Amino acid sequence: MKKILTLREQYLLDKRKNKIKIIAIQLAVLILFFGLWELLAQTGAIDPFFTSSPSRMLKTLKTLAGQDLFKHIGTTLLECICGFIIATVAGTVIAILLWWSSTLRKVTEPYIVVLNSLPKIALGPVIIIWMGAGYGAIITMTVLICIIVTIMSVLAGFMECDEDKILLMRAMGANKFQILFKLLLPSSIPNLISVLKINVGLSWVGVIMGEYLVSSAGLGYLIIYGGQVFKLDLVMASTLILCLLAALMYFSVALVEKHVKKSR
Amino acid sequence: MEILKIDNVSLIYQTDEAETHALNDVNLSIEDGEFVAIIGPSGCGKTTILTLISGLMKPTSGAIYLDGKVIDKPVGDIGYMLQRDHLFPWRTILSNALLGPELQKKKTPETVAYVNELIEKYGLGEFKKAYPRQLSGGMRQRAALIRTLAYRPKILLLDEPFSALDYQTRLAVCDDVHRIIKSEKKTAVLVTHDISEAISLADRIVVLSARPATVKKIYEPGIEGTPLKRREDKSFSRWFDTIYKDIST
Ligand SMILES: Nc1ncnc2c1ncn2[C@@H]1O[C@H](COP(=O)(O)OP(=O)(O)OP(=O)(O)O)[C@@H](O)[C@H]1O
Ligand SMILES: [Mg+2]
Repeated sequence: MKKILTLREQYLLDKRKNKIKIIAIQLAVLILFFGLWELLAQTGAIDPFFTSSPSRMLKTLKTLAGQDLFKHIGTTLLECICGFIIATVAGTVIAILLWWSSTLRKVTEPYIVVLNSLPKIALGPVIIIWMGAGYGAIITMTVLICIIVTIMSVLAGFMECDEDKILLMRAMGANKFQILFKLLLPSSIPNLISVLKINVGLSWVGVIMGEYLVSSAGLGYLIIYGGQVFKLDLVMASTLILCLLAALMYFSVALVEKHVKKSR
Repeated sequence: MEILKIDNVSLIYQTDEAETHALNDVNLSIEDGEFVAIIGPSGCGKTTILTLISGLMKPTSGAIYLDGKVIDKPVGDIGYMLQRDHLFPWRTILSNALLGPELQKKKTPETVAYVNELIEKYGLGEFKKAYPRQLSGGMRQRAALIRTLAYRPKILLLDEPFSALDYQTRLAVCDDVHRIIKSEKKTAVLVTHDISEAISLADRIVVLSARPATVKKIYEPGIEGTPLKRREDKSFSRWFDTIYKDIST
């Protein structure tokens, strides 16, 4: 006998069904994409020398895994995380200083605007000369790309804070430190998280750009090297790993966000 | 005993566009434990008076004395209540209420006990661990009042604290706030442009002129009881008419 569902149960059931449907379609698209790619390559409709193919990518990965794949992944990941953390922390600290001193804020404003619109890659040669062709240059490039946006968004978050709340705190006798730590920073947490999310994306841009310019290891290096020697399998396989890593980092931030939201 | 004295205070705002003469020779003396309402046309300078009392701004000329001492910077003996409650959404009601003592480094066990007692006494006991969003507008305003009482200010400044509430809630919160302030024996200065609110709450009503504001009239309606009771008093509408005429001429 079929159980009669309440309206609520029906709603929840429908919602779950819908969610499963979406995930199923997403998976199907992925499988279809790689399947079609493989099929076209196998039948000779496209030339795997130019397009590679899933099976060839897998083979490349297997060989690489026996050699130094993890060194490359580790290098890139480390550079990316270092750049991400340095840019986020330093950017936030600079934003605090700019909030603290309105003179400093007004003086630096035009410079920040110019730095923001400057394509950071243009600084590549200078960075290499100053930092040497190695990790330092790559991390610097990443920091440069992320930090300006961080400063601007964190500062904008501070400036948006309700004037009346600040007035209330000052009437209670609060000093500037207390306003910063008890009001501005806690109320900026959602803003800080969205800055983290932006920086996840930007720090990958920075790292890969950096590795294109200089490097002897890392995924960016593998991609460039693969392109130069016309090994499309290597290029595609490295790009795929890059996709996975970027997604992984994004989801870690999303997890932090979920945790913070719950505890508020 | 006089607790607050506003002595010949004038204030001129300077901005890029213009000079705004907000207050002109305002004089007022407030007794300890008194509930004073300041009423006046929109934009006449009511909020400006409260900002000056809080010490966040200095008068252009004249001076304000609290307990005989000139106020020239905020020192944390003034409680401010605004249109919106401004409770911090990331703090519980108890921890919101403890903000003042925390900022003033006075969060001693006895202060904590006092704040707990206030919360219990004024009906928020079961919401101590709740977050502001879990409370109704009226309860939030009560919590905001407890937050200002928590650091034992000498005087409370209320800047249209009820105007964001709907009519029903407003009457109830009016009653609450009046009861709490009276039973804690606090001195209060209320700014409003709602005449009936002023009559139903205050012992004394100060009518300001249009900008630049000066004290135009001071009334003592002498109606006793809770705000709701006062609204039913037979002299209520007479006072309303008198003050209405003052403001609109
Ligand atoms: N920070 C400021 N800078 C310049 N002018 C100001 C400032 N604050 C207020 N004013 C001006 O001073 C006058 C008095 O303002 P105030 O806010 O004290 O009036 P109010 O009586 O509280 O008005 P409302 O009824 O709108 O609350 C207004 O004309 C206002 O435009
Ligand atoms: Mg006002």
